[in-house]
Amino acid sequence: MTTKTLLASAALALGLATGATAQDTTTVGFVYVGPIGDGGWTYEHNKARLAVEEHFGDAVETVFVESVPEGPDAERVMTQMALQGADLIFTTSFGYMDATINVAAQFPDVKFEHATGYKRADNVSTYSARFYEGRAVQGHIAGQMTESNIIGYIASYPIPEVIRGINAAYLHAQEVNPDVEFRIIWAYTWFDPAKEAEAANVLIEQGADVILQHTDSTAPQAAAQAAGNVVTFGQASDMAEFAPFPRVSSIIDDWAPYYIARTQAVIDGTWESMDTWDGIGPGMVGIGEITDAVPADIKASAEDLIERLRTGEYHAFTGPINRQDGSVWLADGEIADDGTLAGMNFYVEGITAEIPQ
Amino acid sequence: MIKLEKRPQPSKRWTFATPIVAVLLTMFFGGVLFAALGQDPLVTIRTIFFDPLFSEFAWFYRPQLLIKGAPLVLIAIGLSFGFRAGIWNIGAEGQYIVGAICGAAVGLAFYPMESFIILPLMVVAGALGGLLWAMIPGLLRVKFGTNEILVSLMLVYVAEQLLASMALGALRNPEGMGFPGSRNLAQYPSATSWINQSAGMHWGVVTALIAVIFAYIALSRHIFGFNVRLSGQSPRAARFAGVNPGRLILICMGISGTLAGLAGLFEVAGPAGQVSIDFNVGYGFTAIIVAFLGRLHPVGILLAGGLMALTYIGGEIAQSNLGLPIAAIQILQGMLLFFLLAVDVLTNYRITLARKAH
Repeated sequence: MTTKTLLASAALALGLATGATAQDTTTVGFVYVGPIGDGGWTYEHNKARLAVEEHFGDAVETVFVESVPEGPDAERVMTQMALQGADLIFTTSFGYMDATINVAAQFPDVKFEHATGYKRADNVSTYSARFYEGRAVQGHIAGQMTESNIIGYIASYPIPEVIRGINAAYLHAQEVNPDVEFRIIWAYTWFDPAKEAEAANVLIEQGADVILQHTDSTAPQAAAQAAGNVVTFGQASDMAEFAPFPRVSSIIDDWAPYYIARTQAVIDGTWESMDTWDGIGPGMVGIGEITDAVPADIKASAEDLIERLRTGEYHAFTGPINRQDGSVWLADGEIADDGTLAGMNFYVEGITAEIPQ
Repeated sequence: MIKLEKRPQPSKRWTFATPIVAVLLTMFFGGVLFAALGQDPLVTIRTIFFDPLFSEFAWFYRPQLLIKGAPLVLIAIGLSFGFRAGIWNIGAEGQYIVGAICGAAVGLAFYPMESFIILPLMVVAGALGGLLWAMIPGLLRVKFGTNEILVSLMLVYVAEQLLASMALGALRNPEGMGFPGSRNLAQYPSATSWINQSAGMHWGVVTALIAVIFAYIALSRHIFGFNVRLSGQSPRAARFAGVNPGRLILICMGISGTLAGLAGLFEVAGPAGQVSIDFNVGYGFTAIIVAFLGRLHPVGILLAGGLMALTYIGGEIAQSNLGLPIAAIQILQGMLLFFLLAVDVLTNYRITLARKAH
């Protein structure tokens, strides 16, 4: 007997068992890449999990495993959740992609939701947020707040999502401040307070007085606070404990409405495989309060930008935009298509760094 | 007054009893910890230590024990030679990474050709990769007297950078839509280390068992094992017995590097499947605990590797079924080493009730 048939028959047996005994309870599993106390990415996913519990009460039970390494460990954790009767499993890191697809193939009756990936199946949906809209707002504020004209950027991994964020921030910083320059450090981690603090300090030493981060801990905020005159933005979570300064605003991931809707779909039997990519408009991306450390006129124009992004009147990647090598990407007034954005692997013109190869 | 008195010879009984006592103490104090977290201690201990072996889904977890335990045992066996001789290779994690990169590179170079020779060539490349990476601290120690603990540890971070650059550059999957990571070797029939995936069997498991047998023979029946033990216990006596300390260092570093490299290769060609930025998950460091938990004895290491794998898998079950935080599992694993070292005192010392001197 192969694993596949073994697992499938077990899943079937289990499905029958749970169908008979616990018809009213839907079990939703969450696989986290960091600890739930990271204060950023995983913290927000867990907050959404709690929102699911609160919304459905006794009708839904949730389970989670935190700090799961990407690879065979993730595959085991997902299999175990499916075996123990989960009906819906959210796998909340890009690196879980292959593991999610593998496990989903063995449990056709369990629904899977993979965050930020691109591989789907009949029982695997993907979802992500248009974080780049938030990055545009950050760039808009950062470009005007910097006095040294050097903006530091702590990047995690060179994947399209992160590159998109750098481009969106740069375009909108450069729009309000043509002299602005980006210094980018690749940390190769989503969560490592020590590495992130080190990266922040290196950037500050290089003269950066604004730091943007695509990593999840509050360590860069603390480093900026220690330096005294460096502006930061909360990442994934509000990080309000560092407001009003150095944290002057933030990008907040709000997964709760999506998680509740998808759980409801499983309960109703209407769940279908799909690809969701929501931004400020539907509320998946929130912009944390812009503090009074930001001058009133900058704050007003930032809020105007947020409003235009929210209504869809303005797209964060609107031409004319050239690629880094000077070739034309978007003509005047042209709007980027989602396919190019999803696989973005180039910098826009003006960024002097190179994407690690 | 309680006093520690040095035994004339290490107690044989305590040598064997120590790990068992340490495990029991860990279970007990772990239970106290879980009770303090509001869990039923008995249920929690049962979930972690027994459910992976005897529960309803044990047919799934038992093979997982092989997958999780094999790299730990393989690396720990290699480390045990050096540790017995007082040579401290702390950088097995780095040798594991480099072995994986070299082995995977050979496999990927042949893609998509199918031939029975590919996996053996990958195995050789993986072993050589680990060996060469371990030779750096080994040679520096022999030639310049540098500290092999520091050098081997620092080389872990170098290896991690190398891994990232390989996943992003030379070994990146050309069909990966711009995302980092190599092709999946587990889906490449000539290169995969899997023998039977549903049984958890891959060539790394087989190699780990062979390594246990060879290590047992070498340490108990061969002059090399005698030299290793002698060097650890009394370097001066070893020199009089004709042991060349420089050569011993290179051999011990070489064995541990080779086995760590092999562990990396088997992992990347099977369970992990691809060279990715986060390929390494700390087996090289956990193996140090396994080596000591197993008393640096090959059979002990085999059992300790199984126990460690059990706490990982049981820990995941406890997290998802009981809502236990991962920190509590990590404390439990830490306790294991802590109690082992604490109880170890009894091997070399005896507790006596000393009378007051007149």
